[in-house]
Amino acid sequence: MTAVFAFYLFAVTLLIGGFLVITSRNPVHSVLWLIVCFFNAAGLFILLGAEFLAMLLVIVYVGAVAVLFLFVVMMLDIDFKALQRGALKNLPLGLAISGIILTEVLLVATGWQAGQGVILHEALAGPPEGMTNTQWIGSQLYTRYFFVFSMSGLLLLASMIGAIVLTHRRRIGNRRQDIAVQNARTPAGTLGVGKAGLGQGVEL
Amino acid sequence: MIGLTHYLAVSAALFVMGVFGIFLNRRNIIIILMALELILLAVNINLVAFSAFLHQVHGQIFAMFVLTVAAGEAAIGLAILVIYFRGRGTVAVDQADLMKG
Amino acid sequence: MITILVFLPLLTALVAGLGGRIIGHTAAKALTTGGLFVSAALAWVIFTGFWLNDTAGYTVPVLDWIESGGLSVQWALKVDTLTAVMLVVVTSVSALVHLYSWGYMEEDPSQSRFFAYLSLFTFAMLMLVTADNLVQMFFGWEGVGLASYLLIGFWYHKPSANAAAIKAFVVNRVGDFGFSLGIFGTFMVFGTVSIDAILAAVPQHSGQTFSFLGSQVDVMTCLCLLLFVGAMGKSAQLGLHTWLPDAMEGPTPVSALIHAATMVTAGVFMVCRLSPMFEASPTAQAVVCVIGACTALFAATVGMVQNDIKRVIAYSTCSQLGYMFFAAGSGAYGAAMFHLFTHAFFKALLFLGAGSVIHAMHHEQDMRFYGGLRRHIPITFWMMTIGTLALTGFFFTAGYYSKDAILEAAFASGTSHGTFAFFVGAIVAALTSFYSWRLVFLTFFGKPRWAGSEHIQHAAHGDHGHGHDDHHAHDHAHDDGTAGYHPHESPLSMLIPLFVLGAGALLAGWVWHGSFVGAEEGAGFWRGSLAFREHLMHAMHEVPAWVVYTPSVAFFLGLGLAWHVFLNKPSIPIWWQKEVPGLYQFLLRKWYFDELYDAIFVKPAQWFGRLFWTRGDQQTIDRFGPNGAADMVVVGAGLARRFQTGYVYSYALVMLIGLAAAAAWMMR
Repeated sequence: MTAVFAFYLFAVTLLIGGFLVITSRNPVHSVLWLIVCFFNAAGLFILLGAEFLAMLLVIVYVGAVAVLFLFVVMMLDIDFKALQRGALKNLPLGLAISGIILTEVLLVATGWQAGQGVILHEALAGPPEGMTNTQWIGSQLYTRYFFVFSMSGLLLLASMIGAIVLTHRRRIGNRRQDIAVQNARTPAGTLGVGKAGLGQGVEL
Repeated sequence: MIGLTHYLAVSAALFVMGVFGIFLNRRNIIIILMALELILLAVNINLVAFSAFLHQVHGQIFAMFVLTVAAGEAAIGLAILVIYFRGRGTVAVDQADLMKG
Repeated sequence: MITILVFLPLLTALVAGLGGRIIGHTAAKALTTGGLFVSAALAWVIFTGFWLNDTAGYTVPVLDWIESGGLSVQWALKVDTLTAVMLVVVTSVSALVHLYSWGYMEEDPSQSRFFAYLSLFTFAMLMLVTADNLVQMFFGWEGVGLASYLLIGFWYHKPSANAAAIKAFVVNRVGDFGFSLGIFGTFMVFGTVSIDAILAAVPQHSGQTFSFLGSQVDVMTCLCLLLFVGAMGKSAQLGLHTWLPDAMEGPTPVSALIHAATMVTAGVFMVCRLSPMFEASPTAQAVVCVIGACTALFAATVGMVQNDIKRVIAYSTCSQLGYMFFAAGSGAYGAAMFHLFTHAFFKALLFLGAGSVIHAMHHEQDMRFYGGLRRHIPITFWMMTIGTLALTGFFFTAGYYSKDAILEAAFASGTSHGTFAFFVGAIVAALTSFYSWRLVFLTFFGKPRWAGSEHIQHAAHGDHGHGHDDHHAHDHAHDDGTAGYHPHESPLSMLIPLFVLGAGALLAGWVWHGSFVGAEEGAGFWRGSLAFREHLMHAMHEVPAWVVYTPSVAFFLGLGLAWHVFLNKPSIPIWWQKEVPGLYQFLLRKWYFDELYDAIFVKPAQWFGRLFWTRGDQQTIDRFGPNGAADMVVVGAGLARRFQTGYVYSYALVMLIGLAAAAAWMMR
């Protein structure tokens, strides 16, 4: 009973939040509604028995990505009024495309049947005896999916480097060391021996 | 009882809302990025629901990877937006037609 | 020997033409002229062999050319009496013209090209006359046509010269088409193109007919007429004559060589060479005769009113060729060749003499600006007079013998066309005398009239040498019409050929008339190289006395009339131009042939060409082909360009649409 109620609570809030994300006029509101969506999705995950993923969602998505969004929204001085225009122009086309995609998904979903030897259980899954959800994930992640796991790590590295490189600003006027140049110096380029006459200066 | 179809329905609706959001918010790139997050979230729900009802863990692992990618992509997207804003002074991307053929 | 004779001009032409810039003008000129004199010497040697000794005809093979199925063609040089006569004519006149051109073309910047073309022409003509088979003759035929084109258009900076060259070539082409058809027909009927074989087989095929458009046509007549069309084109007979007067755009030596002595006589030569074929077809002979007579009349009437000295001589050539053809048409091939032989001498003499006059008068060619020149250029005057005496048939000159022979033969042939030709020929003889003496009187007698000429004014005022004379020449200028310009005689290189030709014009008839047209002597001379009708030659010498004296009467008539009109009462020409302007214009405009051809052939051809060009080529082929394809590419690219908006969201939109479509596709 509680499960059903919880499900509907989470689901409805999720959908409302999603709707409000895209239709809010204030982007800060949009971000906040996005956070609401994430929380509710995490709730749904817990209902499905995937608590590790739910917590990941909260920590990574809410804690990092949404916050990042918030940072950017607050940092850029955006003129919201100017951005409101023209939203209704594309309404018919948007409705059409969305309608088509929705229909397709539903068709697939209702027509789907489980494959050979796959058992669709009424009851929700749990990890096998003696393992928690986390352990279950870990047992597969580091063995079967090790390669993919490493790749995703590299992917994160790439995106981190990319973000830094993109936004890095070179400040002018500060003197930096360039080791390569320093190492490539020769005495001929640095030291000169000249003769200075009495009472005369030296031209450098 | 809550069956698989309920979860799939939720996921589908969320997905469509994300797509719709892209159409609706042409000018505001930040809302587009957020709609993209919604889409990815819908996919995640789908994956986890299947994982639960098939008694396998693979859906959840794949959902983790989707999460990773989404995070990375959000970071880069926002970095690009920041630079765009630095150069243009506005995030109105419907004026960005320098690559027009 | 014959091989050297024929190929030496080719060799020198190639060296002079291709290497003229390297070896220099003088070396090129010396090489070509020397080569031609060697060939001329050899030609006289060969001719003497046929004339005095009893050399038989022979063939010298050179190369195998075509061996294809039933067609076997060789390069071979056939030498018999007819060939020997032509060899002498061609090489002698060509050698003298080469020598003449040393002086005439002195200031021209492209002399080596000129001499190379002259030698090339000579080679082609020699190929034609030594041809053993019809294909080789056609090669020579085309070669002389080409050389004629090159030489008429030698001064290619002048658009009129270019137009004249093209006109000559195209009109010739029409004739060549007929000639080709004749060759094809001959091969079909006789199975061979070798001349000896054909002439031997003529008796078998005479009287044969084939059916064409429902009626039976005589084979030999058809072939002869087709071949004669070629002769009409090459020898400027009525219908295909329009190119000859315009060919005077070329330098005068060219006119002398090609359009007086050699190329235009190729048609006569061809008819004589194939005379056994013509003997088998009386109809063809009648046609040849009538056309020849009409041409003679036409050209003489037009020549009477022309003002350009070279044009008068050109029409005279056309007219004399008509004589040769009606002689051939009457069956007197020997007489035709005799006239060809003598005509070469005196016509070349007249042309070169005219060139001398033109040279003296600083390139002025209009006779209305001549007058009284005999005091200034006496040698040229005497040479031209000799030439005119020969042309008009004064007693014992070369022309007297040959022209009389033709008229007597025409009368003696007894056929209706022969008699018609005789009377026409007699009238034409009077007209010939008239216009020839008109030329002499206008040019050499009377008072100088060249003050109004532009060329003379250039010469008188532009010439620094005459500068200091100008002052007191000016005082005289208004009196004597000279504008202070005094013509001078030509250099020796131009006069020597005149002397040689003058000697020929005087003596050639007397020396050779027995050989060419004597009855038994002639048969012995020709020895089967052409169809020699002994009985006709006999009959010729037995015509009534009035026939014999007719040409001489005509001579005096023409001379008297010309003297009266041009020297006695010079107002007469002006009077009659005013009184009968229609007739005068008709004659001056060459019986309106050029206008007629322009309307019938040239304008429609141009219309067709333009039609095919604009509608066919531009609007259809180009539009749907290359231009259309290119335009389609541009249009297509323009359409495709619209997708590249540069807006990110439209790209996202397209992606989503693609996604929906892909999903729909997967779900089918």
